[in-house]
Amino acid sequence: MERIPILKMGSFLLVTVQVDMHDQLAMNLQSDLTDKIVSAKARGVLIDISALDIVDSFIGRMLGNIASMSRILDAETVVVGMQPAVAITLVELGLALTGVRTALNIEKGMDLLRASIG
Amino acid sequence: MSVLQQVLANKEAEVLSAWIAEQASDRTLQKGGSKSDALKEQSAELLGALREGVQQGNGEDIQAPGWTRTREILTDISAHLIKRGLTPAEVATFVFSLKRPLFQLVQTATAKTPEVLANELWTTNQLLDRLGLFITEVALESREKTISRQQTEMLELSTPVVKLWDGILALPLIGTLDSERTQIVMENLLQEIVRTGAGLAIIDITGVPTVDTLVAQHLLKTVAAARLMGAECIISGIRPQIASTIVHLGVDLGDVSTKATLADAFAVALRKLHLMVARMPHSGTSTE
Amino acid sequence: MTGKGEILPLRASEDVVIVRQRVRALAAQEGLKLVDQTKIVTAASELARNTVIYGRDGTALLEAVEAGGRRGVRLTFEDRGPGIADLQLAMKDGYTTGGGLGLGLSGSKRLCNEFEIESKVGVGTRVTITRWR
Repeated sequence: MERIPILKMGSFLLVTVQVDMHDQLAMNLQSDLTDKIVSAKARGVLIDISALDIVDSFIGRMLGNIASMSRILDAETVVVGMQPAVAITLVELGLALTGVRTALNIEKGMDLLRASIG
Repeated sequence: MSVLQQVLANKEAEVLSAWIAEQASDRTLQKGGSKSDALKEQSAELLGALREGVQQGNGEDIQAPGWTRTREILTDISAHLIKRGLTPAEVATFVFSLKRPLFQLVQTATAKTPEVLANELWTTNQLLDRLGLFITEVALESREKTISRQQTEMLELSTPVVKLWDGILALPLIGTLDSERTQIVMENLLQEIVRTGAGLAIIDITGVPTVDTLVAQHLLKTVAAARLMGAECIISGIRPQIASTIVHLGVDLGDVSTKATLADAFAVALRKLHLMVARMPHSGTSTE
Repeated sequence: MTGKGEILPLRASEDVVIVRQRVRALAAQEGLKLVDQTKIVTAASELARNTVIYGRDGTALLEAVEAGGRRGVRLTFEDRGPGIADLQLAMKDGYTTGGGLGLGLSGSKRLCNEFEIESKVGVGTRVTITRWR
């Protein structure tokens, strides 16, 4: 089955979403990530969505779920690189992604994770 | 062969010189450069095209293919006159100034047959009216194009996003904000945030006289969008009047940080980046 | 109004991806700005997913439209599903029968310039949206 690769960098996991995800692929990513957080003893998750040209309510919900689940597993999630047009559209759609932390790029996302984990 | 056809075919030179004289005596057209060679040449060209158009028997339907050349020349002339500062109505007088010379020659040619005269004058008049309307329309169109181009340019000019410090952008808004302008400005800001990687942006509305519900909502949506991208916005320069409007309109600013002045907002931004401004110790006399 | 349309099937979740890509191509071709393209593609994604989840034999019709000198994109999502009994309720933010966020209908309405919905219980649902340049 199609899968989005998850990279491990120290105590962080990095996911770069580069394909237009159909719903099942997004669901797979969600369960793969939670598994990997546990197996890799990860403290932080970075999800880079700079290549995504839309985020609809389904993907938005998935991002929210990943953030809450990882928090329960004692890992912080930061979503990085959302494009301006995507952000404007999400706001209009009515999705605030409350509970999801964001950063402009991977580097700033890392800083944010390091600072919050201490 | 109609009389108009004959006049244009046999007396073209005569019509042209009478027309040019007519143009030269017209004040409006003087402003359009009626004494210049450029306009004289264009007049001669137009007359030639007119002759061909009439000869091909296209009648008064000036959208017909036989009038293509005439329409092209009129479009050129319109552009020329508009550039010289003529209004669309004044541009039309260029075509109408052909009436007198043409009527006179048609009249001379049909002096002995009044019924023919009336008929010929009517068709000639109608043709020139249509050409006059056409050139007015072209002139109006080009003016509208200029206006919309200028509007876009003005929007771009009036919305600079400036860098205050590494990681701090400012958007000083000046003048009335309508919904469209706010949208463009905000998109601009978000793009600059991505391009520069600045995590903090100050939207300063000191120079904005009024804020309506729609504009306030656009501001809030921008702040929300920036947050989704991972940047934080501070709104500064909210004057008391605007503050009361916002409350009155029932717009909820929520947890958006606001500061009275741009300087206050800048201080907050510096603090968030763990930066501070310090006085240099005794720098006054150290340049010996 | 001129329309040369393209009809795409909506049966599985992969079809939603194809609809998104085709709508993006059409919106770009019609000269919509990037933000407006993103809005109509997102709305299309929401409505296409609704059609796949709730409808049967669903289709999406993609058209380029022109009116009064303006160009735009019109999308029609049609299915032969169970229909919606209470449209007003279905249009409310947060209302869902499918376990989603309940933003599909209400949210996509906010993302376009024109929104029209028709539904008959036992017959099906048709949603038409338009985004102008």
